[in-house]
Amino acid sequence: MIHFENVGLRYGMGPEILRDMTFDIPSGSFQFLTGPSGAGKTTLLRLLFLSLQPTRGLIRMFDRDLTQIPRSEMPMLRRRVGIVYQDFRLLDHLTTYENVALPLRVRGKDESSYRNDVIELLKWVGLGERINVLPAVLSGGEKQRAAIARALMDQPEILLADEPTGNVDPPMARRLLNLFLELNRLGTAVVIATHDLALMDQVDARRMILTEGRLDIYE
Amino acid sequence: MNEFERIRRSRLPKTESKRSIPATDDLPEQPSRRAEMQVRPTAPILPPSNIQGNALMVVIAIMSFLACLTLGGVSMVRATASSWESQISREITIQIKPDDGLDMNATLAKARDLALSFVGTKDGTIMDDSATARLLEPWLGSGLDLKELPVPRLVIITIDESNPPDFQAMRDRLHAEIPQAFLDDHRTWVDRLVSMAKTTVMIGGGILILVFTAMILTVVFATRGALSSNRHIVEVLHFVGAESGFVAREFQKHFLMISLKGSAAGGVLAALLFAIASFWQSRSLATPESDQATALFGSFTIGMGGYLGIIATIVIIALLTTLTARFTVMRTIDEIDLVRSDPARSDGLPSS
Repeated sequence: MIHFENVGLRYGMGPEILRDMTFDIPSGSFQFLTGPSGAGKTTLLRLLFLSLQPTRGLIRMFDRDLTQIPRSEMPMLRRRVGIVYQDFRLLDHLTTYENVALPLRVRGKDESSYRNDVIELLKWVGLGERINVLPAVLSGGEKQRAAIARALMDQPEILLADEPTGNVDPPMARRLLNLFLELNRLGTAVVIATHDLALMDQVDARRMILTEGRLDIYE
Repeated sequence: MNEFERIRRSRLPKTESKRSIPATDDLPEQPSRRAEMQVRPTAPILPPSNIQGNALMVVIAIMSFLACLTLGGVSMVRATASSWESQISREITIQIKPDDGLDMNATLAKARDLALSFVGTKDGTIMDDSATARLLEPWLGSGLDLKELPVPRLVIITIDESNPPDFQAMRDRLHAEIPQAFLDDHRTWVDRLVSMAKTTVMIGGGILILVFTAMILTVVFATRGALSSNRHIVEVLHFVGAESGFVAREFQKHFLMISLKGSAAGGVLAALLFAIASFWQSRSLATPESDQATALFGSFTIGMGGYLGIIATIVIIALLTTLTARFTVMRTIDEIDLVRSDPARSDGLPSS
């Protein structure tokens, strides 16, 4: 589904943050992306989410070379990738329901056509009773789940999560991990960027370890 | 089975496809009863009102008020100048100088008849002895006997403004038939007045251009300022897969409403001010205050053209704000797509 070949990246004239990245993310796979702080996890996630271009190398997503894709087609490609930010990025003036429905709303769909789907998904992530509240009222874990639900709303083929358990306590981290596993079981590829070793030890999954800009993969 | 569930099931292996979406065991338990969920009417993607939006509306209202005031002022000056011009150019004067053996009364009548024979003249009045005496009274005193003094006499001819006679032909004919006659078509005064009126209108136009330029710049900067506070919304929309056109349309709609409200408030206020001034002037005709105001500013009535100008100003300001919002949003998206995605240019920029 995603293929990186000799990908390197440097900011400005600085040193290479990422070096010689060559790996695949197969459809329906589950992997952790880990490494010490500053190793380049967020940068790699940005490359996967098409919000950053590599300085060198080749990236193929959904069988297309990224350099050959015109800008106008980028939104269509982004719709196939869901992302969960560490800081959630929920819109404060919209309710949980409206935040989660946003991906469908921007596609111009009629509200009545997706209302049940959104409510169903919110129940699935455990926010069935928090549909009409604003993000300011939600706890950290609830915000995280709302952000995950928003990323999943349009059925992405791959979900990228940046430190999804960074702001929650261990029991909630465990719940969120179960949510990702359940999602993966339903067919979505999942990449979780984390440096929470305890979280990774709970699942026997592929580990992509970034160290000083180099990537080692443990299947 | 809803669409969401159907698509999910289609991704599952066949053995599992009969299961509905499972609730994860550790997540809060959901009520088993499927109650009908009520959601509030969908809120607009952009918050309808915030401090920046309100401040922008006030700025637009003030600029719109000033622009409309200037526009109305220019329209008023132009109307006053044109009324002066038409009042003077409505009449011409034939002056007959006394001469030895000249029958003044017969010459005055001849001059009047001669002038009225031209197309474009309407009426002719000979200033009789008493009227001429009254005219000279401030200089020569009362009880003046015109027969004792060689005083020139006047014939006033009213002309059709829309179809004035050929003054040069009239002058030549008068000169040929009555050598003592001198035709004054007030051209010198009219020319001076026209030139003064044109200068006044040009100055007014210059002020109008300055006010409009200031207004455009203020609206542009205020719009960009208000947009910067909504930048995070542009980013979120962009990252959930919104196309640039959709994001731009959402912001356009939002800023069109703000600018329409602001510019309409300013424009209506200015129109109201002119209407009140005009009403006051019409109600206080022939009072010293009104006469003084009329002498200084002319009539406060700005006419249909002035009110149409105010409406045009409101529309221009609204369009301008909307376009600024569109261009700023498109530039923000370009920056996200081109500048911040290019690691060679994004050194030091936030990593979002």
